[in-house]
Amino acid sequence: MTKSIMIVGVGGQGSLLASTLLGKLLVNEGYDVKVSEVHGMSQRGGSVVTYVRFGEKVYSPIIDMGTADAIISFEKLEAGRWAPYLKEGGVIITNTQQIDPMPVVIGAAEYPENILEELSGKVNVVAFDALALAEQAGSPKAVNIVLMGRLAKTLEIPVESWKTALKSVVKPQFVDINLKAFDLGYNS
Amino acid sequence: MKELLIGNAAVARGLYEAGCSIVSSYPGTPSTEITEFAAKYDEMYCEWAPNEKVAMEVAFGASLRGKRSCCAMKHVGLNVAADPLFTLSYTGVTGGLVICVADDPGMHSSQNEQDSRNYAKASKVPMLEPSNSAEALAFTKLAFELSEEFDTPVFIKMCTRVAHSQSIVETSERVMPPEKPYEKNPQKYIMMPANAKKRHPFVEQRCEKLTAYADTADINFEEKGTNGIGIITSGTCYQYVKEVFGDEASILKLGMVYPLPTERIKSFAKSVDKLYVVEELDGFIETHVKALGIDCVGKELFSCIGELCASTIAEKFGKEVPAHITMETEIPMRPPVMCAGCPHRGMYYTLKKNNITVLGDIGCYTLGAVAPLNALDSTLCMGASVSGLHGFNKAGGEDTEGKTVCVIGDSTFMHSGITGLVNISYNASNSTVIILDNSITGMTGHQQNPTTGYNIKGDPAAKIDLETLCRAVGINRIRVVDPYDLKACDEAVKEELKANEPSVIISRRPCVLLKSVKAKPSLKVSSDKCKSCKMCMKLGCPAISMHEGKADIDTTLCVGCGVCTQMCKFDAILGGESND
Repeated sequence: MTKSIMIVGVGGQGSLLASTLLGKLLVNEGYDVKVSEVHGMSQRGGSVVTYVRFGEKVYSPIIDMGTADAIISFEKLEAGRWAPYLKEGGVIITNTQQIDPMPVVIGAAEYPENILEELSGKVNVVAFDALALAEQAGSPKAVNIVLMGRLAKTLEIPVESWKTALKSVVKPQFVDINLKAFDLGYNS
Repeated sequence: MKELLIGNAAVARGLYEAGCSIVSSYPGTPSTEITEFAAKYDEMYCEWAPNEKVAMEVAFGASLRGKRSCCAMKHVGLNVAADPLFTLSYTGVTGGLVICVADDPGMHSSQNEQDSRNYAKASKVPMLEPSNSAEALAFTKLAFELSEEFDTPVFIKMCTRVAHSQSIVETSERVMPPEKPYEKNPQKYIMMPANAKKRHPFVEQRCEKLTAYADTADINFEEKGTNGIGIITSGTCYQYVKEVFGDEASILKLGMVYPLPTERIKSFAKSVDKLYVVEELDGFIETHVKALGIDCVGKELFSCIGELCASTIAEKFGKEVPAHITMETEIPMRPPVMCAGCPHRGMYYTLKKNNITVLGDIGCYTLGAVAPLNALDSTLCMGASVSGLHGFNKAGGEDTEGKTVCVIGDSTFMHSGITGLVNISYNASNSTVIILDNSITGMTGHQQNPTTGYNIKGDPAAKIDLETLCRAVGINRIRVVDPYDLKACDEAVKEELKANEPSVIISRRPCVLLKSVKAKPSLKVSSDKCKSCKMCMKLGCPAISMHEGKADIDTTLCVGCGVCTQMCKFDAILGGESND
C-alpha cells in the first residue's frame, strides 16, 4: 500500500531538509520512493508543497485531493489551505506559527483567526509550537526536524532508523541540535 | 549503486555515464539543475551561455569536433534556439548531440505552456520522453547512441513533474566513446542551398528509419490488461495512468514521442475494445493516431490546458474519486513576493510613485507586478522589454517618451536585451532603459552570468562591464544608482526621462540572498513615534506589517536595507547604518 505525505509551508521555511531526510530514510528502509517539489517562482515567499510517496511500487509523483495520509505544515494557514488533500483518517501535524501573506499584510484580506478550530472539528489535527521546541533544541531553523520527530510517532519505522538517516543528512556540527529537536518533536 | 535523484540530476548522471564532454546551457525552470548537476562532474566541461541559441551552437561546434555534447533549456528557451535547431537537423552530428528541453505544464514558473513535441515534429528531430528518474538516466545514454547511429541531434523532453521529482536510479561508470579526429566535410556541414538540397532528402529518409525503429524499440512497450480499455500514453502521464488502472487496462507506453510508431499503434488498437490517448497539453499523439485512420478518444476528455493528475484521469473514466473535506474559512492567497531587502523594491517604488509606464521582462523582478507595487505594464518574453519600449515610444512619440521606461535584469539583458538596445540606439528612439543589476541570475536560483565575474564553477571569469557595453552600442547617457537610495532613484528617473536622447539607468545592488551579502541588523519601529500613516506599507516588504494599528517589523526577515526608513516622515523606524 502506497503512503502519501505532504510537507507544506511558506517558501524559504526550509522544507528541503525535511524531504531530504524522509527520502533518505525511506530508501534505507527498502521502499520505492518518490519525492516531488516545485522550484522557481513560488519559492519566493509563496505557498510551497513537497510530495513524498513510498511503498512497494510508487507511480504518481504527486498527491491528489483526499489521498494524503499525513500533512506536515510549517505554518497554520498553509495547513488549512492544503487540508482538502488529506484522506479520511489522515492526520495534519502543524506548527502553530503565523506568517501573514502579502494580501493580509497590505490589508486586502484577513488572516483567519479560527483556522485551527475549524480543522480540529473536521480532521485529526496535532498542532503545537514547533518553533519554541526548535529554539529549545538550540536553533529556530530546526523546526523542520521537530515536525519530522512528531511525524515519526505516526509511522511504523524504528526511531533508530530515523536517527541514522538524520545523522547522514545534516552537517556534523549540527547533529546534536537536530537529534535534540527530533526527540522534542517525538515526545511532544 | 542505488540513489534517489531528481529527474534533472538523473539526466546529468546520464550525460556523465555516456561520456559527454561539453554541456552549454542557459538556466530556466524546470531545466536548470541538469547543467548545475552536470557541472559537479569535473570530467565534463560545463558552462552557462548568454542564451539558448548560443548554447545550442556551442553544442553543435563540440559535436562537429567529434565530442559528445549537450545543451539544456526550458520550453521557451527552445524558441530562442529554434534557428540553429532546424538546420542542425539537416547537418546531423559527428559526436552525439543531445538537446534537453523541459516543459512546464501548469506554468509553475513560466509565461506560457507550449508543447515542445511540436518542435520535434517541425524540425524532424527525434524526441525521447522519460517518465521517471531511472528512465531520464537511461534515455539520456540511449539518446547519444541514437544521435550517432542516425546522424541527428536527439531531444530529451522533460516536464516539471519528471524534472523535479526524485525517484530511485541505479548508477554505473562513465564510458567514453571512441575518439573521432576532425575531418572537413563541407557537403554535410556547409548549409548553402546546393548542399542543403541534398541534406533534406537525407532528413526525410532518417525520419522513415526512425519510425521503423519506433516500431521495434524497447523504450516503446505494451502492458496487457484485462478490461478491454487500451491507453496510449507517455512521460509523467504514464505514471498517473498506472496509479489509476494498475494492471487493469492495456497500455502502450511510448518512450519515444517523435517519430511515433505506426505498425505498433495499429496492432495495439486492434488488440483493445476502446482506445484512449492520455497526454498533457496538445493532442500530439492523438493527431497521429487519427491520421492513421484509427478512432480514439483524447482531448475531448483530457484538457489541453494545465497538468493532468491521477484523480482527473480516474474521474474522466467514470471511476470513483476520493472524497475530501472543504474549508468554510476563506483562506487568503499566498502569492510569491519580492524578498525583504530586495534591491528591486526601491526602484519599483520610485516608478510607481512617479506614475511611470513600465515594460517588464522575465525574472524575479516580474514580481513587481503584484500588489501593492503593481509597477508593471507588460511582460512577454526574454528581452522584450527593451525592444518593446522602442516600439511603444515610436508609436507614442513625445506623448510616451517622457513617462515610459523598461526594466530588465542583468542576466536577461545579456540574454537578449542588448540587441534591443542596439535598435534603440541605431533607430533613435528617445527611450530610457533601466537595468536592474542584482549581480546574479536570481529567479532560477543564483546562476552566474557574463556580468558577475564568475563562471559556473564559481571561479573568476571575464566580467562584462555593462556601462562600457551600453556606451559601445551608442548610448551616451548612462548612470548608475543604488536602489536603496530613494532620492537618487527619483532624481535619476526624472532626469533621464526628461533628457532628449536614449539613456540607460543601471540600478545596481547585489541580490540579498547571495551568501556574499551580509544582512545588517534588523530595524524596529518606535510605536510612540509611529503615526499609523502606512507609508512604509506601500513598499510591499514582507517584513513590515501593521499590528494593533502600528507598523511592525519582523526581525527574522528584516535585513536592515533602510528603504522603509526613508519612507517614514516621523522618524519612527529606528536602527540601521549607512548602506556602504
